[in-house]
Amino acid sequence: MKSGVFKIPTNFSARQLVVPGFLLAEGKYEAGPNVYKEGERLYSTVIGLAELRNNTVTVIPLRGCYIPSVGDIVIGKVVDVITTAWMLDIRSPWLGVLFAKEHLSKPLNVMKEDARDYLDVGEMIIAKVISFDRTKNPALTTKEQGLGKIQRGTVIEVDPTRVPRIIGKKGSMISMLKKDSGCQIYVGQNGRIWISGKNREDEALVAGAIKKIEAEAHTTGLTDRIHEYLIKNRM
Amino acid sequence: MTNQIIPAVKRRQIIELAETGKRMDGRSLTDLRKVEIKTNVVEKAEGSATVKFGDTYVIAGVKFEIGEPFPDTPNEGVMSVSAEFVPLASPGFETGPPDENAIELARVVDRGLRESKLLDTSKLCLIPGKKVWIAWVDIFILDHCGNLIDASSLASLCALLTSKLPKAEVVGDEVKVLDEFVPVPLRAIPINVTLAKIGDKLFVDPSLEEEEVMDCRLSVAFALDDQKQEKICAMQKGGVGTLSFEELLRAVEIAKVKSQELRKLLPSGEK
Amino acid sequence: MDKKLITEDGKRLDGRRFDELRPIKFQIGVLKNADGSAYVEWGRTKILVGVFGPRESHPKHLAMPDRCLIRARYHMAPFSVEDRKSPAPSRREIELSKVIREALEPAIFVELFPRTTIDIFAEVLQADGSTRCAAISTAALALADAGVPMRDLVSSVAVAKVDGTLVLDVMDMEDKLGDSDMPLAMMPSRNQITLIQMDGLLTHEEFVKSIELAKKGCMEVYAKQREALDSHFRVAGKEEV
Repeated sequence: MKSGVFKIPTNFSARQLVVPGFLLAEGKYEAGPNVYKEGERLYSTVIGLAELRNNTVTVIPLRGCYIPSVGDIVIGKVVDVITTAWMLDIRSPWLGVLFAKEHLSKPLNVMKEDARDYLDVGEMIIAKVISFDRTKNPALTTKEQGLGKIQRGTVIEVDPTRVPRIIGKKGSMISMLKKDSGCQIYVGQNGRIWISGKNREDEALVAGAIKKIEAEAHTTGLTDRIHEYLIKNRM
Repeated sequence: MTNQIIPAVKRRQIIELAETGKRMDGRSLTDLRKVEIKTNVVEKAEGSATVKFGDTYVIAGVKFEIGEPFPDTPNEGVMSVSAEFVPLASPGFETGPPDENAIELARVVDRGLRESKLLDTSKLCLIPGKKVWIAWVDIFILDHCGNLIDASSLASLCALLTSKLPKAEVVGDEVKVLDEFVPVPLRAIPINVTLAKIGDKLFVDPSLEEEEVMDCRLSVAFALDDQKQEKICAMQKGGVGTLSFEELLRAVEIAKVKSQELRKLLPSGEK
Repeated sequence: MDKKLITEDGKRLDGRRFDELRPIKFQIGVLKNADGSAYVEWGRTKILVGVFGPRESHPKHLAMPDRCLIRARYHMAPFSVEDRKSPAPSRREIELSKVIREALEPAIFVELFPRTTIDIFAEVLQADGSTRCAAISTAALALADAGVPMRDLVSSVAVAKVDGTLVLDVMDMEDKLGDSDMPLAMMPSRNQITLIQMDGLLTHEEFVKSIELAKKGCMEVYAKQREALDSHFRVAGKEEV
């Protein structure tokens, strides 16, 4: 009688760089994000770092677009206005849609008002994704504490795959950034970050630090280096 | 046409039927449809032919014109093949210049005719470097029911086989076209056969329905060289599916056998 | 023209053996605006590929409800060839654009992005034979750089027959003066052919040998593609815990 489970070991070492089509493993493994399973074989679909978590084979992508998820906070830019809604570029393959009732406290009077009076093309908002499946455009809302039109500050863009590193484990990196810079920092899951500080210099400093994190995301000792960078340049 | 929604139900139907070796129209996987060839159908053209593969209906016309040779082949005549998918042939065809499908078809047919050296362009030179015969081959798709490439290739071929070249007299720097005709100088005869891959099966002479659900297609042209040895002279994979190496070789084998069958149908017993 | 393409000691015009690739150098992530990009110097062929998308389809009526629309444009710069080429798309460029799209599309998970488009733009800056093969191989890298999920990379190379000998990785002179030209593209890990074209005259046996030589060449191109991806994305160490 056999005890335990015999398993063919995976084809990669922890955090190994893999390319699309790389055979990650064979056998009774589960396919995590960016992995597809064909029969008993699991392949990577993107360039990334391969990982085994419990029984699931995952690839952490090094490049990729933002795929919306319900509950995500995103920073969007208005690109089109239709009668009762705004269409937003949220850096995903699909435009986000913000219906008037998800932004305004009272219904829009289409006879007297123009949606542009509230939000015009080019303006930016911080919003939450309230629904998404690939057959429809993601729907957004600003009707929550902390969401709405962005009036001041600096908005920068990073590769969406770097967002987890910018936030850090249990928020460690983002907390350190806020503390060291004295700025408010809102990280959109879609790779847009809103920095609001007392002055432009502080905002620019944070922007520089974030760009540095983006470039060095997969190196060791990063949190400390960023901390030093901020302290040194804040003088 | 390449971006239609694939009817999944129909695809399953075709694949399941193919497991029994049969197709929707009753053919076996390697049967051609009924092929009909008529030549000299347009008297004003120097050569013409209509070809039907089942309901697919194509006409090709040949016109000869005197023009300038290409700079890198000053002593050779020119052959130019173009195709039009006219709107009456299919609800999916629109007016306007040839789209990528029409251009691909024309170029695939052209390569089949050209590489086999069907037309002996070295015999079409009138004044070297200045004046040569240009053979314009124009293909019109009249009814699209699948496998336009084979029908167009065969129509072009038959039009050229039965063409007559005006006799020309060179007097100094002038070329005088006489009211007589000479046979068109021909060498090898290319025959094109297309197969569609659906699932893991290969279908000869795909119908429109089969093309709608296919993974990809492979067109292969065969010709006999000067020593009467059979050679492959052109090939084109089309569509967004893939072929394994084994499927590729199997398809080429089947195509070769079918090309021999089609060769027997040519007008005036040409080989 | 009686130019000898293969000398007595089996060397080609540029000194290569029959089964040798030209030197190939890929660079990845070379453009700022494109979502993904790559550049290649393949012998004297130089091609730049930019990828945009997946992004919303414009105009809307082109969008497909259940999948992504793939568009490819193969275009040659007027100065890329000996005799200046008109910038207007030629019939050859239109056919090659289609053929390149059909070579890459099988590798892309198009069902993941309904109602969107991925645009692949290949600009040939200098042409010296096998430009479609180089464009396809470089586009695969640009797609990976854009993070487009794929089943596999696509690797491509051409085989020609010159002076009776089959040769791998065809340069322009060999294409012009040779007896046959056969570009082939495949998904290397899946062993599936995504492109095959041929023109010329080959016996069945020569055709089978050409296929084998092309497959070997594609696997060598694949190694170069992986090398380029590795060096561009190489990480210094493990991520901080």
